[in-house]
Amino acid sequence: MKQTVLGLVISAVIAGTAIAGPVSPQSVVYADGAVAASLSGATGDPSSGREIIITKGQGNCIACHASEALADAAWHGEVGPVLDGVGDRWSEAELRGIIANAKMMFEGTVMPSFYKTDGFIRPGDGYTGEPATQIDPILSAQQIEDVVAYLMTLKE
Amino acid sequence: MRHMIAALCAATASGLALAALAEPDDQSLAVDGVELVTEIKASDEHPLDMLYSGWRFRTDETQALQTDDFDNPAFIFVEQAVDAWDTVEGEAGKSCAECHGAVEESMKGVRAGMPKWDAEAGEVWSVENFVNRCRTERMQAEPWKWDKADMNAMAALIGLQSRGMPVDVDVSGPAEPWFKRGEEMYYTRYGQLELSCASCHEENYGNMIRADHLSQGHINGFPTYRLKNTKLNSVHGRFKGCIRDTRAHTFKPGSEEFRALELYVAWRGEGLAVETPSVRQ
Ligand code: HEC
Ligand code: HEC
Repeated sequence: MKQTVLGLVISAVIAGTAIAGPVSPQSVVYADGAVAASLSGATGDPSSGREIIITKGQGNCIACHASEALADAAWHGEVGPVLDGVGDRWSEAELRGIIANAKMMFEGTVMPSFYKTDGFIRPGDGYTGEPATQIDPILSAQQIEDVVAYLMTLKE
Repeated sequence: MRHMIAALCAATASGLALAALAEPDDQSLAVDGVELVTEIKASDEHPLDMLYSGWRFRTDETQALQTDDFDNPAFIFVEQAVDAWDTVEGEAGKSCAECHGAVEESMKGVRAGMPKWDAEAGEVWSVENFVNRCRTERMQAEPWKWDKADMNAMAALIGLQSRGMPVDVDVSGPAEPWFKRGEEMYYTRYGQLELSCASCHEENYGNMIRADHLSQGHINGFPTYRLKNTKLNSVHGRFKGCIRDTRAHTFKPGSEEFRALELYVAWRGEGLAVETPSVRQ
């Protein structure tokens, strides 16, 4: 009997995630700044993640971070730490938390939150300077997973 | 092992590159042989220790354009304003020159103390407000639009008459609430990127952000000629762009908010020489 209940719970959880799809930005659960489970429910694609990191209209991470592994992309910033070796310094769950909302890990950091949609002061409509009509996270759940998958390859 | 050494070397090399860039350069600025202060110890109340003009963060090529007025592209616009100064416009049949005489005399020192409290308006006013008061009330002409060519050229001509003088604004008395409001704005993290002026210009000056070498964000060189858009850019135009770049709903040039912010940012650059018209990338 105990076993059936457990089995039921487990299948309910599995079915739940399958139906619910990606975790919404409001319902992400942070534990010490880290996020345990995939935001999209799927695994990330490192090559797409690399592209997101170097593309201005997407992650634009290299505006602030440099990396030897990304040396082919032009213009690396110095505002944040060099990304080489982050796959050793942090776990996958920690990296997910840092990308989704870096303020959960580093209090007061200048690093933007890429999976957050509320709590902003005068949010704009992209980079037009006009007020926002609708706020989407800067990156989607799957894009975050892709970025995390790429960062996990950055080992010394 | 080879790999590790290579990685270490690379790390050291980029570490050196960062260290070199992390500071303003050590050049000194002389325009047509006259020295301008681009570095000065800040007052005790200032959040920074040393103040550096934005000129010190630019490339040698961009810096050079500002050292000789013949090479400085801003002077094409200054010349236009010299003409406008003498041009009769509006119902009253007057030019700026008819009331003010020679711009070199009457406008000397004006920019160094801008923006400032205006008792009649009961507000802190930027130089643009004063220009438009003359145009509408004394000349009975149309006001000029903020951050547009005519206005920016006249602001550059007026600013030039203070070149070399230290920035020195009055933030006391009725101007104080404006100063406080500007200070609060300076530290507000606007937009979806949640970045304040301080995030870039106080915490990260000297660092590269993408292709830009971050300065302390002073306004002593404004209006500034930008190679990027090949025209003069006003203080409020720059503020608007910096806030827009945080994915925020920005403020309008001429707004109360930007005049308050201008007063506070001018104060942050007190003691630096007015460099108007400066040249930036
Ligand atoms: C506006 C600047 C900025 C942007 C844009 C930015 N970061 Fe950061 N990032 C920082 C700073 C600053 C830190 C250091 C944390 C702190 O504040 O102490 C950091 C920390 C990190 C860390 C931890 C690094 C370590 O060695 O501890 C990772 C990983 C990271 N960022 C990845 C990213 C990725 C991936 C993106 C884009 C999706 C990104 N960052 C975009 C500024 C930025
Ligand atoms: C995301 C980063 C960022 C933020 C936030 C930001 N700026 Fe800037 N700002 C820049 C960059 C990049 C430049 C061009 C390089 C330079 O001069 O620092 C610049 C230039 C300036 C300049 C021109 C300096 C010169 O010497 O020509 C001023 C003035 C300025 N910013 C003021 C502000 C103010 C005031 C705020 C807040 C309302 C602000 N900035 C917010 C990135 C930023």
